[in-house]
Amino acid sequence: MSWVWKSLNSSIGKKLVMAITGVALMLFLIIHLAGNMSLYGGKDAFNNYVRLLEHIKPFIRVIEVILASVFVFHIFNGTRLWIENKQARPQGYSVNGSRKNTDVFSRTAFITGSIVFIFLVIHLQTIWYKFNYSGSELDLYTITTEWFQVWWYAALYFISVLLLGFHLNHGFQSAFQTFGWNHKKYFPFIEKLGTVYALIMTIGFGSIPVYFFFFGGK
Amino acid sequence: MEHKKINLTLKVWRQQNAQSKGSFTEYKVSVSPDSSFLEMLDDINNDLEKKNLEPITFESDCREGICGTCGLVINGQPHGPIPRIATCQLHMRNFKDGDIIYVEPFRAKAFPIIKDLMVDRSAMDRVMEAGGFISVNTLSVPDGNAIPIPKEIASEAMDAAQCIGCGACVAACKNASAMLFVSAKVSQFALLPQGQPERYKRVESMVKVMDEYGFGSCSNTYACEAECPKGVSVKNIARMNREYFMAKVKSQNVE
Amino acid sequence: MIKLDSKVPEGKLEEKWTNHKFNMKLVNPANKRKYDVIVVGTGLAGASAAASLGELGYNVKAFTFHDSARRAHSIAAQGGINAAKNYQNDGDSVYRLFYDTIKGGDFRSREANVYRLAEVSNNIIDQCVAQGVPFAREYGGLLDNRSFGGALVSRTFYARGQTGQQLLLGAYTAMNRQINLGKVKLYTRREMLDVVVVDGAAKGIVVRNMLTGEIEKYSAHAVILATGGYANTYFLSTSAMNSNATAIWRAHKRGAAFANPCFTQIHPTCLPLHGENQSKLTLMSESLRNDGRIWVSKLKKDMRKPNDIPEEERDYYLERKYPTYGNLSPRDISSRAAKEAIDDGRGAQGQDAVYLDFKDAINRLGQKVIEERYGNLFEIYETITGDNPYQSPMKIYPAPHYTMGGLWVDYNMQSTIPGLFVGGEANFSDHGANRLGASALMQGLADGYFVLPYTIGNYLAGDKPTLVKTDHPEFEKVKKEVEDKNAKLLSIKGKRTVDDIHKQLGRIMWNKVGMGRNEKGLKEAMVEIKALREEFWKDVNVVGDSKDVNQCLERAARVADYLELGELMALDALTRNESCGGHFREEYQTEEGEALRNDEDYAFVSAWEFKDVGKWELNKEPLEFTSVKLATRSYK
Repeated sequence: MSWVWKSLNSSIGKKLVMAITGVALMLFLIIHLAGNMSLYGGKDAFNNYVRLLEHIKPFIRVIEVILASVFVFHIFNGTRLWIENKQARPQGYSVNGSRKNTDVFSRTAFITGSIVFIFLVIHLQTIWYKFNYSGSELDLYTITTEWFQVWWYAALYFISVLLLGFHLNHGFQSAFQTFGWNHKKYFPFIEKLGTVYALIMTIGFGSIPVYFFFFGGK
Repeated sequence: MEHKKINLTLKVWRQQNAQSKGSFTEYKVSVSPDSSFLEMLDDINNDLEKKNLEPITFESDCREGICGTCGLVINGQPHGPIPRIATCQLHMRNFKDGDIIYVEPFRAKAFPIIKDLMVDRSAMDRVMEAGGFISVNTLSVPDGNAIPIPKEIASEAMDAAQCIGCGACVAACKNASAMLFVSAKVSQFALLPQGQPERYKRVESMVKVMDEYGFGSCSNTYACEAECPKGVSVKNIARMNREYFMAKVKSQNVE
Repeated sequence: MIKLDSKVPEGKLEEKWTNHKFNMKLVNPANKRKYDVIVVGTGLAGASAAASLGELGYNVKAFTFHDSARRAHSIAAQGGINAAKNYQNDGDSVYRLFYDTIKGGDFRSREANVYRLAEVSNNIIDQCVAQGVPFAREYGGLLDNRSFGGALVSRTFYARGQTGQQLLLGAYTAMNRQINLGKVKLYTRREMLDVVVVDGAAKGIVVRNMLTGEIEKYSAHAVILATGGYANTYFLSTSAMNSNATAIWRAHKRGAAFANPCFTQIHPTCLPLHGENQSKLTLMSESLRNDGRIWVSKLKKDMRKPNDIPEEERDYYLERKYPTYGNLSPRDISSRAAKEAIDDGRGAQGQDAVYLDFKDAINRLGQKVIEERYGNLFEIYETITGDNPYQSPMKIYPAPHYTMGGLWVDYNMQSTIPGLFVGGEANFSDHGANRLGASALMQGLADGYFVLPYTIGNYLAGDKPTLVKTDHPEFEKVKKEVEDKNAKLLSIKGKRTVDDIHKQLGRIMWNKVGMGRNEKGLKEAMVEIKALREEFWKDVNVVGDSKDVNQCLERAARVADYLELGELMALDALTRNESCGGHFREEYQTEEGEALRNDEDYAFVSAWEFKDVGKWELNKEPLEFTSVKLATRSYK
């Protein structure tokens, strides 16, 4: 089976890994956002949602392991590609013309991804860790909404989500291009769908810190 | 036809050889807007030669935008600011009096600089030699009309086949990836019935050699298509990916 | 005196090639790998020859001065390639293609060669389709054709306006396959500077490695030159910047006769000059004449914008003078007609240009159809001139484009040096005094795929498999001579630049050995070229040294050869006291100004033998026509 390993490590193979993991993460984001929306339902709605997750903990654990490995693959592979791609041009141009031939979303995919990664670490530490290792009786709604009233956290959350939107806007169509699904008829639709998806994610996640910071959830 | 001349400041990359460190040298020129960019460099060289100074080394041949020999990065853009042309077709009427123009060679690990603006692009030929062909011997072929090919398919193959092999896609790509170049050839043959027998072997061999030469991978920024003098589409890259996956799944090759 | 033996086989015209192939000696398949063949040049003829010889099992060493084998100037051919397929059912046949070609060449080519060319033309199309060349197709999926000058049938196959590119890439990929299989070894960035003749036969070449400056030696059992034409003698031509005559010229100086050097083609549809620093001229495909109409104003010095000139004040001079062929008249005739109009003071807005107008075609077919047919050519025009040809007519002017002359070869494509074969534009064989459009691609590929592989085998079968080593004294001697010549160029350190002298030579050639030639001008040209050559060797400045890349030295060596070749072109033109094809002697014309051929005294090939710089001896190969009747070429 060494051919599988070799193929996945070819230039095209590595891109395939990025695309598959990317799509998996995009699916996860939809579920994550759907869950988060319950914050708007108030204290009970959100806490009930969290309790529901508690009920199916073993299942959630399996999902988490898969999700974690997908993240690791996506991040590890992305970083590796970035390093290798830097090495493909040891001496850069003195005048950078990339603004004239690329869009900002694709050009900055690695940077936006990196910032989202930093946010992810903080996010896991502040929310996910509390949820899992602080006992189930905590009022998680209050913990969450209080975090959103910390200005720097709310700002960080908001900016990260904005950059995530940039990342997704590129990533969505990029994944389909990598899969080879670039067709004259369907690809323009995929590109639009990607933008709509990125907008929904940005507005959906981004509205939460804004709402709770300014209105305190009251 | 002779218009008023424009005055420009050129900053041209000069580098003695692959090992030495290069830098920009400044030249002030006054040039007719009807002149081409390369004719302007010819003029500079003629002046340098008159002063017994070494002329700027740059390559060009057909000067009709088809041979793919020329290729300069002008203000950060391969083949300059006008889309869909090669450097040799760039005319000075596209610049304004007083402009400062930076001229650099194509830069990539796979394209080492030979001298000044001249680079070694032979890695692209190595990729072609690995499988960019249809194995037919001279005369052992059927009549040209034996296999009808739909007009649209022939036309799509032609869209890919018109790649001039200049390397601007590599020069433009932030990853110095050769995917557009390689995929153009893979696509041309994948589309045509004549290319079917070697379809999978071809894409596997070509991608393998492409990777060996240290070209980067594709980040789907599409700078390649934007800078390609023939506008070769990134759809070809998608097709190559597809061909590659199919090859990996279907071919007998376990290497 | 060289003995010119054309080696045309016996038999009927239609059977010559078939019989000849049967009568040729063959090399045992197991022995083929013991033979080395050098191919210089990787254009259509060179790459296809290298690929085919590799397939047969010979060891091929292919050389190009480019960085890649895909850059040869064959790539710039736009319009198409002829073949006698008769897919259009319009009455075409091998014989008709043969006849059109020999008539187009004004009966100054060798009948048997031209017939063979027409005969193998169909194989070329099949071969290229099988290689994946994406020719234009009709909706039914079959190959499409268009018309070209000098023919009344549609026999031209094309791939948009990039036929040469696609055919060259086809040959390039065929050669790549042999490189991959180890049968062809490709040497890039090597410029051939001499051929090595041992015991009277070509046994190798000496090249300059253009990266290191080193002079390298390579030996083989046979050498093929496929190095293109010499139109750059004019400085401004449609040839590529690096196209040059050095390989054939140095072979000429080693004993290969040079045939019909004055037969040069001035292409009618090129973009006009824009200024002094112009580096080359750009061709607009002849295919444009399918739908474009050529005209000038009826008035002299008419400075009005073309669209302001009313229909009745326009002179569609080709349609007027040659009603049958009209705008599709052959190149030599169209170019001369343009020159006449301009000499008459009726050039477009006082310039050296005539109009090529698509207004009627756009009105008849719609802009979309015209865009489909010629879109890329229109774009090229707009990019270069800044004018939109959909709105106002193109301005065009004739420019040196192709050289029918070249090294003399026999029916086997062998020059007067045994073992030295010449293919493509570098030889003189098939186009006579004028080449028809879409025939250069045909000839290059015919030579490389279908002729040379046979005739080389025939030659090698009579040769021993032992290879002359490159440490042979003759190799050393030639290498030393080449090094000395380069050293001499670098040591002059005069005041004039190489380009400066080349431009001056170009002006002499264009004015006196161009579209219209006369005795007085040709004699002056010879004196002027000789003087310029002397000045070159005294006062040129070649900057730098020969230790690495030195483009100045490369150019200087080429110009040194043009300065000798230019004189021979003038001498040949002076010697040929008739007008035929691209060679128009003003003294020899009819009352209507048409070319006046002299079959009585000049139905021969001039094969010049090099004696010393500026000294040649003329050898004549009489042209015998058994199947066609020599007729005055009429396109009326």
